[in-house]
Amino acid sequence: MAEPVQEETVPEETVLEAQGLSKTFAARGGRRGALRAVSDVSFTIGRAETLGLVGESGCGKSTLARLVLRLIEPDAGTVRFAGQAFTGAAPPRTRQMRRQVQMVFQDALSSLNPRMTVGTNIAEPMRLQGIGTERERQEAAQALIALVGLRPEHADRYPHEFSGGQCQRIAIARALILKPSVIVFDEAVSALDVSIRAQILHLILDLQQRFALGYLFISHDLSVVKRIADRIAVMYLGRIVEIGSSEAVYRSPLHPYTQALLSAIPVPDPRRMRVAALGVVEGEAASPLDASDLCPFRGRCPHRMPVCDETPPALLTTEAGHSVACFLHHPPRAAAA
Amino acid sequence: MANVAVAVAEVVLEVADLCTDFAVGRQTIRVVDRVSFSLRRGQTTAIVGESGSGKTVTALSLLQLIEPPGRISGGTIRYRGRDLRPLDETAMQQVRGARIGMVFQDPLSSLNPSLRIGTQIAETLLAHERISSAEAERRAVELLVRVGVPDAAARARDYPHHFSGGMRQRVLIAMAIACNPEIIIADEPTTALDVTVQAKILRLLHDLQQAMGASLLMITHDLGVVAALADEVVVMYAGRVVERADVDRLFHAPLHPYTRALLDCAIGLDDDRSTPLTPIPGAPPDLRRRPAGCQFAPRCPVAIAKCHRLDPPLLPMNPGQDVACFVAQGDADG
Repeated sequence: MAEPVQEETVPEETVLEAQGLSKTFAARGGRRGALRAVSDVSFTIGRAETLGLVGESGCGKSTLARLVLRLIEPDAGTVRFAGQAFTGAAPPRTRQMRRQVQMVFQDALSSLNPRMTVGTNIAEPMRLQGIGTERERQEAAQALIALVGLRPEHADRYPHEFSGGQCQRIAIARALILKPSVIVFDEAVSALDVSIRAQILHLILDLQQRFALGYLFISHDLSVVKRIADRIAVMYLGRIVEIGSSEAVYRSPLHPYTQALLSAIPVPDPRRMRVAALGVVEGEAASPLDASDLCPFRGRCPHRMPVCDETPPALLTTEAGHSVACFLHHPPRAAAA
Repeated sequence: MANVAVAVAEVVLEVADLCTDFAVGRQTIRVVDRVSFSLRRGQTTAIVGESGSGKTVTALSLLQLIEPPGRISGGTIRYRGRDLRPLDETAMQQVRGARIGMVFQDPLSSLNPSLRIGTQIAETLLAHERISSAEAERRAVELLVRVGVPDAAARARDYPHHFSGGMRQRVLIAMAIACNPEIIIADEPTTALDVTVQAKILRLLHDLQQAMGASLLMITHDLGVVAALADEVVVMYAGRVVERADVDRLFHAPLHPYTRALLDCAIGLDDDRSTPLTPIPGAPPDLRRRPAGCQFAPRCPVAIAKCHRLDPPLLPMNPGQDVACFVAQGDADG
């Protein structure tokens, strides 16, 4: 029936595949129980594709990023790059595979080494991986400095001499130097002023087109995620509750939490939304110490049903590429279409 | 619409040509430069700007909370017609809290970690009103109920670290409204909060303001928050007011090129990957080395020669809209 949609929305090649990732931490302060930071999370990212991961404080999005990078080891689940297992790989292999995935953090300045020049900071991943001579590394850094919109003489300066936006450019250059296939951005534009944020988003999108990079773009800000992502995954208390194309998640959000999140965002247009129209969800997020597999949102959900207190909802596909973990939608209401 | 009321509501606070300087080494930096605006009874005015635009220092200056090496160096701050600037610290303490309530971004650092929440609210009341401690404690609990803290009587005995970020912000709001102030100044009160919590706090601030008939001065960088709350908007850039307009005009007929650029950078929920990004090139000026003329001229797409030489004055262009831009005021390059 359908003709192939635009090329960019149909990734032909999966560069990153996460399957059933879970991570539990021991609860602090002598409290019994365990904190389930990430529970059974699966997703894929295609070549030149951006998966936006959105959720509020404590939803597990940064833990998920650390699992993807193997900065911490999962309790269960696998991460694969281009079909090859990253989790469980032997140390020499792990080291080599680390080149495949790089990260850009929110606080760019503190992610850079203050005692190294910008050029050396950018080249550092090559040195750590034992790639090239010092001269080759500096040349590679110099090429990236131009690419991210800095000036050649910036290579010899130190990170503290740069503004937040410029530090983020430096961090992006460093993330690119090993020619990764995937970059994880963890709140990478959240601390920037809007005029600077637009510059950095522009750069991020431009680099993606140039190098066909796969992006995992993590943010608490759904409007930024929507602006940059092909697909969006919504996380709540360690679980993906909804995932689909940006368009679908925004136009027809299925999970009550996604709906709550969307309605709470103040729209920058006074004709469309004033304060009284802001959506309000009652209650606060449940504790991640709650070990139940039941829907994590049920305590605040306006549509709570008896089944929500009895059976864990599975993340099921309702239509092409749009999945939700909510009994309102599964089994899919066949008559609705 | 609220716009009708803007024209008639009386002015409660009038700020004119406010200047605040900071001494850095041997240099004096002007962080707030001839800022003028007014707050009207029962209305919300938003000051919007990016980091370093001077919006927070403006708010602190109104309360005379500027400490050395900072100094208010000029202008007037008229509250009900009386200039607050000549007042000494004792007199200002009676204004702060009683007449003007304050809510800041970081509630944890605004609260005393070793005092019970109820006691802290009661202290605010005791500082301004002749009541017994028992009465103050009782009213503290009432205030917690009013700002939506569940189980208020029990929570009043808790310490700040027992509260979530959103609940702490409610506590600060309770302290800000404790003495029924006529003006509430809120500096980025929701910036550190999650979006679902932010929505609740914005609703609460708005509802309280309406119920009290107070004026709200909202300091924010978030144009969504401005659109949701403000009746009137003051746009600041590099310490100066570049545009002042009622909220509908500001969003739908902005006159200053910076306001337009800022709106273009704001991300609407209709935007997606296909929407072109329109970043503002460059960065705001270093206040130690201000350029001559309009501070936005070096980044401005429509600047003319004059903009790089002379400061454009803030002039009324339409009813309810003032702008400081030669081009918007009709000058052409000659």
